[in-house]
Amino acid sequence: MTATPTPATRGLVEITGVRKSFGATEVLKGVSLTVEPGGVAVIVGPSGSGKSTLLRTINHLEKVDGGHISIDGKLVGYEIRGQKLHELREKDILKQRTEIGMVFQNFNLFPHLTALENVAEAPVVAQGRSKEEARRRGLELLDRVGLKDRAGAYPRQLSGGQQQRVAIARALALDPKILLFDEPTSALDPELVNEVLDVIRELAKSGTTLIIVTHEMGFARDVADTVVFMDQGQIVEQGTPQQIFTNPQEPRTRSFFSKVLEPAFNI
Amino acid sequence: MSSATSRVAQVRPAPTVEPATTAEAGAAAAAPGQAATETASVTGSNLPSGGGLPPEGTARIAADYSSYRVVAAKHPWRWVGTAAVALGVLAVAWSLATNPRWEWGVVAQWFTAQSVVNGLLETLKLTAISGILGFVLGFILALMRLSASPLLVSVSWTFSWIFRSTPLLVQLLLWYNLGYLYEKISLGIPFTDVRFFEVQTTTLISQFAAAVLGLTLNQAAYSAEIIRGGILSVDQGQLEAAAALGIPAWRRSTRIVLPQAMRAILPTAFNEIIGLVKGTSIVYVLAYSELFYTVQVIYNRTQQVLPLLLVATLWYVVITSVLSVFQYYIERHYSKGAVRNLPLTPLQKARKFFATHAVTNRKSL
Repeated sequence: MTATPTPATRGLVEITGVRKSFGATEVLKGVSLTVEPGGVAVIVGPSGSGKSTLLRTINHLEKVDGGHISIDGKLVGYEIRGQKLHELREKDILKQRTEIGMVFQNFNLFPHLTALENVAEAPVVAQGRSKEEARRRGLELLDRVGLKDRAGAYPRQLSGGQQQRVAIARALALDPKILLFDEPTSALDPELVNEVLDVIRELAKSGTTLIIVTHEMGFARDVADTVVFMDQGQIVEQGTPQQIFTNPQEPRTRSFFSKVLEPAFNI
Repeated sequence: MSSATSRVAQVRPAPTVEPATTAEAGAAAAAPGQAATETASVTGSNLPSGGGLPPEGTARIAADYSSYRVVAAKHPWRWVGTAAVALGVLAVAWSLATNPRWEWGVVAQWFTAQSVVNGLLETLKLTAISGILGFVLGFILALMRLSASPLLVSVSWTFSWIFRSTPLLVQLLLWYNLGYLYEKISLGIPFTDVRFFEVQTTTLISQFAAAVLGLTLNQAAYSAEIIRGGILSVDQGQLEAAAALGIPAWRRSTRIVLPQAMRAILPTAFNEIIGLVKGTSIVYVLAYSELFYTVQVIYNRTQQVLPLLLVATLWYVVITSVLSVFQYYIERHYSKGAVRNLPLTPLQKARKFFATHAVTNRKSL
């Protein structure tokens, strides 16, 4: 169960000058960020700072208006031919997405499919694996998140924490290079938060690149290599948890942490 | 809970039991039900009459009413209401059975007559074909309406607009008389004289073809909106999650969205199908010999209008009832995962009813 730290060779994420507007509001104002293979980047910041939007541009759920994102040197959503960027067709975008797992705030499990069916669906239709193989692997993954005995349960028969663990298993089923977590514990009761964070802690050691948007500061300090503080569509400051939490340089960072840190730091 | 216990203790004549002190009541509240049930089983049925003799220092006994008889609350007005309705039902049934003008003998004679059964089969055929084609076309129209292409959206919108705003009767007559508007129908290259295939409209559009065309296109316009409504009722996050997992668009629609949309689509869709069963009677204007036209032909000959209308009505009731049973089980199938536990089917309910009642009967014996 405990994964031995493997030197990661894949999952380098490079975000360069990314801009994105919704109507007249510019939510990302030229964001650049590099996450090393196997790295764990935690993005924190006030609501509306563009954290979730940034995360969603990484797997092309949001198209960027400017700048670009690449994974292991390959552009996301576009292809370079000559001096032009050609937008990829749906089929190729889907293929890219299978390398990037995503876990949502509201789980978004398919309610009419059982836990195992949720996990085993994408490997069959998106990667062309056999049903038997997907099923076997699905059970393994459910076991890994501690839910093997609930494989036949429908999402509504599971607690919030259990649902989010199934969602993590579902994202893992495609063997992604990168996992994106969009506030994975925000919709959970406080007592259920830890069972999900424990699973993510395990993943942090496994060599998969993790990019996590969260409000759990204690967890961020614990698990991150890099903490990124965003505000108003820009990265204000980034560094090791030590630097950001105990010795922030920017006044905006300091004022944000002074409001959120006290209770969390007692952990 | 402790206050309830002490109140009971005060009411009960209990010579041997000390009045409850707060400490004791607290202990009773703290100790789980085990102690109470133990002592209750020791004192048993004589407790309510005289009170038991609890061992020193144990928690206060919870009163045991197990030997009391339960008297159900009385609802006299419910009985009055039930009697009144029963009388009404009886009166209707009596008049149906005894009034000779209903001519039940004639109804029985024609109910399974060959011509009526043939008409019934035509009705079923029309319903099935236009129902299925209508919903398939409706599904395509719904997808067009939800697509990103402005042309597809407006074509789909216009289709629904036209077919929902013109009377079905007019549509049917128009299709049947298409030969008047366009003498020949041909397939070729537009704006040239090349024709691969050409046919007289009147030979192509038979009564059956006109009926199917009219009913299908009309049905498609309505079912497109029903299906679109169902698709819109599915949470956007479902599509996003499926896209993030790399599931292809067609599979997203059929495997993820549609099964969830079905819950919203089915009740209205069955309304439409049941409406269509009876709606097919409108094709009598084309002299198409479905059920309703057939009975009309018969009563015009025999003058037994009412009993023959009853024959048709009874058949419509039968079809609708069968469809309702289908609806129940199909809806149940799609409620998988939407409810924590599936409701029992009528059959399971009946079994449970008899199982529990068999037990109570045995008890009372």
